[in-house]
Amino acid sequence: MSFVGKGKPPVQPSEDSLYADRVRVYPKSVHGPVRRFKWAVLIFCLTIYYALPWIRWNRGIGRPNQAVLLDIFHERFWFFNLEFWPQDIFYLTGLLIMGAVALFLVTSLFGRLWCGYACPQTVWTDLFMWVEREIEGDRNERIKRDAGPVNFDKVWRKGLKHAVWFAVAFWTGGAWIMYYVNAPTVTVEFWQGGASTPVYLFTALFTATTYLLAGWAREQVCTYMCPWPRFQAAMLDEQSFTVTYQAWRGEPRAKGKRAPGAGGDCVDCGACVTACPTGIDIRDGIQLECINCGLCIDACNHVMERTGRPGWLITWDTLADQAAKAAGTHVPFRLIRPRTIIYLSALGLAAAVMVIALMLRPGLGLSVQHDRAPLYVMLASGDIRDGYTVKIVNKSPARAVFEITTQGLYGATLTEANESLGPAETLGLPVTGDTVGTFRIMVTGQPAALVDGSEPIDFSLRDTATGEVTVYHSVFMGPVRGR
Amino acid sequence: MPTKIEKDDVTGHMTTGHEWDGLQELNRPLPKWWVYVFLACVAWSLVYFVLYPSFPGITGYYHGLIGYYQRDAVDADVAAIARQRAGAMDQIKALSFAEIRKDPQLLAVAETAGRITFADNCQPCHGAGGGGNPGYPALAAGNWLWGGKLEDIQQTVTFGIRSGLDAARNSQMPRFGIDGILKPAEIQAVADYVATLWGLPSTGTDPAVGKRVFAENCAVCHGDAGQGNREVGGPRLAARTHLHGNDRATILAQINNPRMGVMPNWNTRLDAAKIKSVTLYVHSLGGGE
Repeated sequence: MSFVGKGKPPVQPSEDSLYADRVRVYPKSVHGPVRRFKWAVLIFCLTIYYALPWIRWNRGIGRPNQAVLLDIFHERFWFFNLEFWPQDIFYLTGLLIMGAVALFLVTSLFGRLWCGYACPQTVWTDLFMWVEREIEGDRNERIKRDAGPVNFDKVWRKGLKHAVWFAVAFWTGGAWIMYYVNAPTVTVEFWQGGASTPVYLFTALFTATTYLLAGWAREQVCTYMCPWPRFQAAMLDEQSFTVTYQAWRGEPRAKGKRAPGAGGDCVDCGACVTACPTGIDIRDGIQLECINCGLCIDACNHVMERTGRPGWLITWDTLADQAAKAAGTHVPFRLIRPRTIIYLSALGLAAAVMVIALMLRPGLGLSVQHDRAPLYVMLASGDIRDGYTVKIVNKSPARAVFEITTQGLYGATLTEANESLGPAETLGLPVTGDTVGTFRIMVTGQPAALVDGSEPIDFSLRDTATGEVTVYHSVFMGPVRGR
Repeated sequence: MPTKIEKDDVTGHMTTGHEWDGLQELNRPLPKWWVYVFLACVAWSLVYFVLYPSFPGITGYYHGLIGYYQRDAVDADVAAIARQRAGAMDQIKALSFAEIRKDPQLLAVAETAGRITFADNCQPCHGAGGGGNPGYPALAAGNWLWGGKLEDIQQTVTFGIRSGLDAARNSQMPRFGIDGILKPAEIQAVADYVATLWGLPSTGTDPAVGKRVFAENCAVCHGDAGQGNREVGGPRLAARTHLHGNDRATILAQINNPRMGVMPNWNTRLDAAKIKSVTLYVHSLGGGE
């Protein structure tokens, strides 16, 4: 059996031109613990993506039974037991903040784990490469076929590969749409031709992007399009646990059979380079193109084992520890550093705010807006009347009556003209299910109860069905005394 | 053109040959396919250049193959909106107030149209939200001169007040002072009487004289107890708020040489549907009866 990976590193682009030809990367398949972990993450992520829209969730009659549904048309986001209205959009802000800080934290600790394992670009590229390998064979076979003449073998393998790629891309684009409309319904409608134009457009869009980005662009997306490799440098430091070539052990590298112990451990076989999905040489150190996937570790371990050398010449380690090991000492990995403490507290703070906000989220929504003009009117009797626009959110599916009253202004009476309600101290306002009811409420106050031009007044709303109460602070305007 | 392309010793890359005060730029070549995408975008932009108005000439400009004109696009949009609204506005015109108010969606359209019509036409005098100004009635307060039912408001908006039309609401207050109808002492006495109707202090005139002068001259339009008379638009005097002002000087001025406001008729400026809409809006401000 021949020694794996005699291939040379990819040819460096010509340095005197401002434009470079694409250097095709032919990653060689590897086997090992890192690869197995990467397959597990890939299957986990893809399962979530493809299966989640199909999970059913009983929410009662008149409501969607899809567990995760971003219903843009009806302005509702359903997430298992949670229901989000457009005014809850700040939860999305919180979620994005948490996502960003979590990314910072993970990167400062373990490098670009996101890039190497969980990023959709990586996951789908990996999937597409697997398809390619199953149909066209491994690296050497693919290089040979690509360089060879066009024949039947080449045509049917390429054709089948692109057909499978396209099918996967289409499945991906279709699954995307299922997050926005009921999955079983849209699947049937799609094939009957009855789905809406946006459904077809977005399916086509995500089919095309998946096919192009995962099939054709691949590492070019990470190297040229993605901003994250650019500012990862701000998250990484010498204490970050990243994929590292142990140069102190490997150098001086030399080809060919040598007795263990003579020279460095690196036999310069190029296995780490041929295994790399972005086509770089990890022995050059941390670089922008490295997505930290660690497939070179598996490739190198294999070689080390076959040549009777200790494994993990390429390993996960910190730069600080590598410098120490080169000097014959050891620096333990530090999880707790000022940077990680700051990221972790920011993450904890955002999470706490989100959880508390979510727990205290009232089922009852009330907003009261005082009229901008006129601020108040004086009636013939001398009473002062203020107008308010009151919005009541009814999140239950059934019509409900909400009792509204005021506190803080003695003798205040309420009137709602359109519903012909009042004058009374408490009004019962009907709101149909799953809507926001808007009411114009006039509050009439006795001049004797007014002290200054502006009095605080509280509107309290009670759901007559559940007994839940919410209060909105507002003001009651009137003439300034003495004028 | 760059002049001094050389190899950078640290990175092993070539430089672009550009130098700024000793700083040199490494040549990290752009992928060619990216350049081709850029060129394709440039080519695509030429399609716009040919299809749309794109460059000026001496006497005009190049109109483009499809003859797109922004003004036409705006006109088409405006026409489309008018068509979209036509159904609702026709309904508002055809239906009675009671029928409109039974249809919450139509009522919402009418009140929105009314709010905008009000802001464009009525707000300069009557104030935003109908808050009123001295001499211009506060529509939100419900202290109506000519009535606050929908039909009353519609009549006022359509024909105006003292607008010169036969159908307009018309009334005249005599100039009690400068025409010599009342003697100065009688004017002082009746002013005191009116002032005390809403709690202002008297200046010490004989209440009996004031009451008699009021009964003989004012009560026919302003009511026996100063409660007003909507038949003739006689303002309510026994109230805390008044059209022109709440102080004694305003009362005297009004008796002596009354100011009488004019409201234009809107039937020549607004169509029937808009008049009905603005009527519904004014009615909803809080004063509607």
